[in-house]
Amino acid sequence: MFSNFDYDVIWRSLPYLFQQGMVFTLTLTAIATVFGLILGTLIAMMRLSSSAVLSGFAVSYVNLMRSLPLVLVIFLFYFLMPYVGQWIIRADQPVQVGAYASTIVTFTLFEAAYFSEIMRAGIQSVPRGQVMAGYAIGLNYREVMRHVVLPQAFRNMLPVIFTQTIVLFQDTSLVYVLSITDFLGAASKVAQRDGRLTEMYLFAALVYFVICFTASFFVKRLQKRISIIR
Amino acid sequence: MPMITIEKVSKWYNPQFQVLKNCTTTVEKGEVVVVCGPSGSGKSTLIKTVNALEPVQEGTIMVDGLNVTTMKKDLPKLRSRVGMVFQHFELFPHLKIVENLCLGQTIVLGRSEDAAQAKAMKMLERVGLTAHAQKYPGQLSGGQQQRVAIARALVMDPICMLFDEPTSALDPEMINEVLDVMVELAKEGMTMMVVTHEMGFAKKVANRVIFMDAGEIVEDAQKDDFFGHPRSDRAQHFLSKILSH
Repeated sequence: MFSNFDYDVIWRSLPYLFQQGMVFTLTLTAIATVFGLILGTLIAMMRLSSSAVLSGFAVSYVNLMRSLPLVLVIFLFYFLMPYVGQWIIRADQPVQVGAYASTIVTFTLFEAAYFSEIMRAGIQSVPRGQVMAGYAIGLNYREVMRHVVLPQAFRNMLPVIFTQTIVLFQDTSLVYVLSITDFLGAASKVAQRDGRLTEMYLFAALVYFVICFTASFFVKRLQKRISIIR
Repeated sequence: MPMITIEKVSKWYNPQFQVLKNCTTTVEKGEVVVVCGPSGSGKSTLIKTVNALEPVQEGTIMVDGLNVTTMKKDLPKLRSRVGMVFQHFELFPHLKIVENLCLGQTIVLGRSEDAAQAKAMKMLERVGLTAHAQKYPGQLSGGQQQRVAIARALVMDPICMLFDEPTSALDPEMINEVLDVMVELAKEGMTMMVVTHEMGFAKKVANRVIFMDAGEIVEDAQKDDFFGHPRSDRAQHFLSKILSH
């Protein structure tokens, strides 16, 4: 059944697939993770704060983002951002943001919602008794957070953060809707140009599988190493 | 001057549910006071109000002459001088036993790492657990963890100790190792307030017994009076149930 496959098309397109496609995929994953984590931390802090306004805003933001399909958000941002930019800097014409900048902002904002929930859950997973025990030996709020709550919360959430990053890595393929050349986009372009759809998509699937499976394996090992003995 | 003064303390969890009703009592220096009563009677809540882990809406609590109910900035400092032992131990699971004992000393009391370590080892020796200093809490049995928790309170050189049902989460065979440490502490003259169902412990070392029911202090009597002839029906009923076998 595989006798009429042309494996050569894969070899020929390797530089294009990886140097262009995979580099973009990894860049987008990395940027969205880093900024998503920073923004997510802020949102989680707002959510857990005693201010009703801040936590209300955080809850609405997270619920909004989690209720919309990512593809839709990518589209919305791509078409809305020029007008938002125009409104902000009061320009005469819509600001040309471009597909790349737009996707980076979109993924960051989208992932921030998920990361913030992971962090909130991590912090709330530390039992109240631990906080009380911290106070009881005379620590103040900051010290309890720093020495008691966060070290435990961090161990709880780190594996989940990595798993979410793996999901994000796969989700970046959705940028094809804006005709951006990520790894899948590059494979897709070669496939259609050379009429080798099956070969290219199978190869792309294999690459995604190997990367994600390996990463998951290491996350599991990490989880075992850092988990707290209870 | 009493070590702990609780005066007309009332607390509501919400407007409908009052957990503490006008509670008044004192604990003298060197006294061991046992607080007992049916579950849900507010004993745990009462003991947690003493170092302001639970806020109260009405009344005054004084510890060593300082008003805990109005205190804000100096609260951590006061708490560091009031040892507290919890039902579920609450050791910090991510820290080794010795680190559990050093955390408060270095951060709150500003002791050097060496001084804190030395003190920690001394207290571990006292509760018979020096061999476990480099282990994590999860590697110890419940009884051992609770003894560590007592040591964690003792390294801070407390002026009094609060015990919130220290043995009720333990397997029966481990209860005595914890009670032994507590009995020894009591004999050394430590001021102690102990919420417990262990009436044997109460009979052995308590000076006074406080009986609570439905958020009220129903009876506050010398030990012998309480066990000999409890005045209230509720205390009699409670004792008949708990001492029947």
